[in-house]
Amino acid sequence: MTTFRLNGRDITVGGPDDAPLLWAIRDDAGLTGTKFGCGIGQCGACTVHVNGEAVRSCLTPVSSVAGQSVTTIEGLGGQHALQKAWIETQAPQCGYCQSGQIMQAAALLKTKPKPTDADIDAAMAGNLCRCMAYVRIKKAIKLAAGVKA
Amino acid sequence: MSVSLDTATVANLTPSRRGFLITVTAAGAMFSATVPAQAADSFAPTIWYGIDRTGTVTVHIIRAEMGQHVGTAVARIVADELEADWAKVKIDHVDSDPKWGLMVTGGSWSVWQSYPLYSQAAAAGRIALIEAGAKLLGVPVNACTARNGTVVAGKASVSYGDIVTKGDLSRNFTEAELAKLPIKTPAQRRLIGKPTQARDIPAKTNGQGLYGLDAKVPGMVYARPKLPPTRYGSKVVAIDDSAAKSVPGYIRAIALEDASGTIPGWVMVYADSFVAADRATEALKVTWTSPDAIKVSEADLQARARVLVADTSKGGLVVEDPGVDAAFKSAASTLAQTYTTATALHFQMEPVNALAFEKDGKFEIHTGNQWQSLVLPWLAQALGRKEHTIVLRTYLLGGGFGRRLNGDYAVGAALASKAIGGKPVKMVMTRADDSRFDSPRSPSVQTVKMAFGEAGRVVAMEHVACAGWPTEAMAPFFMPKGANGVAFDPFAANGTNHWYNVGPHRVRAVGNDLANQTFRPGWLRSVGPGWTNWALESFMDEAALKAGVDPLTFRLKLLDASGKNAGSAPNSVGGARRQAAVLNRLAAKAGWGKPLPRNTGLGLATSFGQERDMPTWTACAARVNVNPATGAVKVEKLTLVTDAGTIVHPDGALAQVEGAALWGLSLALFEGTTFENGQVKDTNLDSYTPLRMGDVPELDIEFIDNGEAPVGLGEPATTVVGPAIGNAIFRAVGARVRDLPIRAEAVRAAMQA
Repeated sequence: MTTFRLNGRDITVGGPDDAPLLWAIRDDAGLTGTKFGCGIGQCGACTVHVNGEAVRSCLTPVSSVAGQSVTTIEGLGGQHALQKAWIETQAPQCGYCQSGQIMQAAALLKTKPKPTDADIDAAMAGNLCRCMAYVRIKKAIKLAAGVKA
Repeated sequence: MSVSLDTATVANLTPSRRGFLITVTAAGAMFSATVPAQAADSFAPTIWYGIDRTGTVTVHIIRAEMGQHVGTAVARIVADELEADWAKVKIDHVDSDPKWGLMVTGGSWSVWQSYPLYSQAAAAGRIALIEAGAKLLGVPVNACTARNGTVVAGKASVSYGDIVTKGDLSRNFTEAELAKLPIKTPAQRRLIGKPTQARDIPAKTNGQGLYGLDAKVPGMVYARPKLPPTRYGSKVVAIDDSAAKSVPGYIRAIALEDASGTIPGWVMVYADSFVAADRATEALKVTWTSPDAIKVSEADLQARARVLVADTSKGGLVVEDPGVDAAFKSAASTLAQTYTTATALHFQMEPVNALAFEKDGKFEIHTGNQWQSLVLPWLAQALGRKEHTIVLRTYLLGGGFGRRLNGDYAVGAALASKAIGGKPVKMVMTRADDSRFDSPRSPSVQTVKMAFGEAGRVVAMEHVACAGWPTEAMAPFFMPKGANGVAFDPFAANGTNHWYNVGPHRVRAVGNDLANQTFRPGWLRSVGPGWTNWALESFMDEAALKAGVDPLTFRLKLLDASGKNAGSAPNSVGGARRQAAVLNRLAAKAGWGKPLPRNTGLGLATSFGQERDMPTWTACAARVNVNPATGAVKVEKLTLVTDAGTIVHPDGALAQVEGAALWGLSLALFEGTTFENGQVKDTNLDSYTPLRMGDVPELDIEFIDNGEAPVGLGEPATTVVGPAIGNAIFRAVGARVRDLPIRAEAVRAAMQA
């Protein structure tokens, strides 16, 4: 049993301590916006925030977030500047990676509110978009950050 | 004689026109708002859309949403012709049902096939609404116009909702009348070609969009397949679950019996969570028989292809003009080159999965799928029940790219459920499972030959293309016969039957039997032209060099739109002239002929896209810089010009070309795997490395919108990027590469050759 804060509410989940946080979020909490992609932390589709930092929930043992604060795409609220920018730029294609892309970008903007192109490339390097909507993802991040496209 | 590659095929693929006609003609009834069968509160003149009493138009979309925003494009076609209020248009991605006719999403066909059908259906609705509206307003029909969901006559007007509520919508159209319905001219369009936001996008930014992976029902158990060592021929000998039993949540393992032969040798591992199913699958020990395919390597596949290419008795003649051999015999000179492509994975981000269960006498499969009409017969055979008792429920697809044309995973989930009495089972593959049993793009070998007359004049051409054939493996009924009577896979030949005037032309397509025995070849984004163009367009530059002509001039001269390349209505009006036009525009845009820095080159490639009968005129220029010490290639810029006729959803079209072009780049420089011991070597991102954000070059994309018939857009750009890069490398450093993907070592070796 592990208890943690998920999008501002306490949740207690069963299952083994070393089960990935991803499946606790998806199956125990029923929040399916966080996606299963590669299972080895290299596609970024499962990205969530733990205490504000972007982590790959497919590799994060659920017990390691006991007492911590976890935020998923659902916890971003829908009106986040990035979510608005994602619509404005029509960034998603299939959309499967986009929860992870947005969560990764949100973590970037917390530490670097005005990122350069190189900052964005570096921060987003771990997030695969198989539709290759990269041009628009980058544009959306800049739009949300208010930096020149 | 030239064999039309696609006419028969495309006729088979067109969605049920009958559905529309029967609905309309067999029952003027369907045009009546008061017919109880159609629900008294709605007007559904055809199966493709309905209007309710509030005036809301619901458009039924039979295509899978996998990133192309297809619902928006198709609904815009209906709304424009119907003169509907776009704010009151809803999109409904339908579940499988025989009434929809053929359900398939692929081939860049969706808008091309939907446009005439949905336009006609919407025009019929508009006419009926105007007539009923005129009656309600007490004015003659010719005093009325329809606009924005309202019928207007001078200052009087009545909304579509009110017409559905109060009007008399009884209306019969004969088939002849339907065929003559006036469809808007480009100048009359109000929505088609105008900017709009895609309807599917908001739910893809907030976690609310539901993909196959997100489907759930109460009481479901999870399952992961323990996959056999080979696609075919592995039989289960023994299952030992002693270690799996120690995984908490493990339920059992069952060797599935599959009468359809879709998933031979699969063992399903059941558990109460995905984590438990995953771990128990790892712990489970299964012994299979070892078929010969277990020994096959990429080198074996390529070697077999080379033998088949050289054997002129093999394969189907896709194009066979008279006089090819004579022209080669009397030629002043000839050129022949061989090109290869390596195995490539779909690697769509959502690993294949499905939820299946039996309920109320029906078997329900909840999953994202691209070809419901293909998998339903497989499911029927596997489950031993009639097709009409099986329904595929529709979800968003976490990427398709052709992987989900092969619905094998739906069969796995269905049999997993059947094996436990129809209880709900959610089968999820891991990424590595998905890659191992992907239907990858087959490796290929192609030889292209050209005969030249005096002064480098092109007098004949031959192209032999050999690869594993996806259509033979999964949909052999779609294979036309070549000029020699031998059936061939059109989706492994498209692209070779080009619009260049080369004199007598021969194309021979050969199926790689060893490939089809070893794995299940798949249709991968851009399908045949994705690799046939690698050979064709690389060769065109080599031929230009041989002829001593600039590659742009060489191509333009052959794109003279004469004879069989003149084009015809409706899809290829203008013929090769339009391909020449995109190429000319591209050359101007990309700065062809201007000086470039050292080790930098600009390369061209052009194509007619996916099918000769649905040409999307496409041209690409790649500007690359080559590191002369390492051979490493950096693509600095891709310029693309596309003539896809009418562009229905401009921003969606741009997104498709952006993505398709980067797919071409990724396949050319970043992807590729090899078969080892009967399986693909690279199964996850630790070694399979598609393009990432930092690798994206500058993109400059332009459409030529000339109001011609809309054709496909999801794939053509993919087909030109690889050869444009190859040609650019040659122009940068003089190194000719003929194997895809292009590796730095190969460039370096070619520089030293």
